[in-house]
Amino acid sequence: MERKTYDLWVGIFVIVGFLALLFLGLQVGGFGDERRTQTYNVEARFENIGGLKMKAPVKSAGVLVGRVDNIRFDNNKFQAVVTLALDTRYQFPKDTTASILTSGLLGEVFIGFDAGGDEKNLAPNDTIKLTQSAVVLERLIGQFMFGKGSETAEKK
Amino acid sequence: MQNILGIIRAIGSRAIETVSRFGAMVRFFGLVLIHSGMSFRRISLTVREIYFSGVMSLVIIIVSGMFVGMVLSLQGYETLQKYGAQEQMGVLTALSLVRELGPVVAALLFASRAGSAITAGIGLMKATEQLKAMDMMAVDPIARVVAPRFWAGVLSMPLLAALFSFSGILGGYLVAVLLTGIDAGVFWGNMQAAVDVRYDILNGVIKSVIFGIAISIIATFEGFDAEPTAEGVSAATTRTVVTAALSVLALDLMLTAFMLRVAH
Repeated sequence: MERKTYDLWVGIFVIVGFLALLFLGLQVGGFGDERRTQTYNVEARFENIGGLKMKAPVKSAGVLVGRVDNIRFDNNKFQAVVTLALDTRYQFPKDTTASILTSGLLGEVFIGFDAGGDEKNLAPNDTIKLTQSAVVLERLIGQFMFGKGSETAEKK
Repeated sequence: MQNILGIIRAIGSRAIETVSRFGAMVRFFGLVLIHSGMSFRRISLTVREIYFSGVMSLVIIIVSGMFVGMVLSLQGYETLQKYGAQEQMGVLTALSLVRELGPVVAALLFASRAGSAITAGIGLMKATEQLKAMDMMAVDPIARVVAPRFWAGVLSMPLLAALFSFSGILGGYLVAVLLTGIDAGVFWGNMQAAVDVRYDILNGVIKSVIFGIAISIIATFEGFDAEPTAEGVSAATTRTVVTAALSVLALDLMLTAFMLRVAH
């Protein structure tokens, strides 16, 4: 075979290979999406974050509006401090409630935003005052059983 | 007593032989690196070898990638639907292909398709005394014959692995969306949320480059080191496939352990 034929085929091979890499990066990895969005950070304090993890979604009305950027423990107040990176396209009132929710029984843990009525919006590096901790299933069951027990005791 | 000593002696001689072969291979690797200049100065030499090892492996890589992706999707559906988690099928297919199956299976296919051809080619050149003739004409056979084949393998391997993952994900998509009726948006959306470009895709590419280096050096070394007879060449070809497959799997274990530790 001639040299030109080799060049052509190798050229096709290299182009197709890099297109495959590009496909993996963009379509499979979703590289473009995360780069494009600009974010601002907001803090929220929780008594208990349950199974919340870094990079967990922040949703409002079911729509993804940001991600959990960092989780640390405040040793003075014994609370979890969660830093949220919110999309700059979305603004929320100052009295927004952040609650830790679970999608389905075994689904992923995420933070849900319920907007309040304040006229001022959350500014970067603000702290969200109203928070609701994760529901710990074991405690819930404990409460339920305890409640049932006292109910029957009252009837007697 | 004599018998036991004989066994121990046999084990010892095998061990010494293995270590010395490994040492010879490492020295050969250094020699190839030193004599690599020509493969880039006369790039047409390397391009020709990329044609033989990369382009000629395209069909087997793409077709097997498709099959592997389809099987993954089918098997994944079987298990995931028991927990009502069919939406995670895209994640399952993409992560297992990009992280493990893409680099590893593509490397195994590459070792048996291109690695064996490289060994047989170089071994035959040695058996027919072409390498000696080159030496006589003051042409360094390592620079002229070995290095271009080595670099062609190293450059082809990541592209082949990416193509394998690509066609696998496409095959998985076809099964998931057309056969089991999962929504296409859910399939891609969950996949994009779970696959990380840095930890998953880049690590897969790094793996495939390392596999490419291992396979190419084993294949060229076995060919260069082959006994210059028809029998010797065939034995060398077999050794290439066995050694390359074992090294790929062992390296994969080490790389995965290292990468997962880095990720946390």
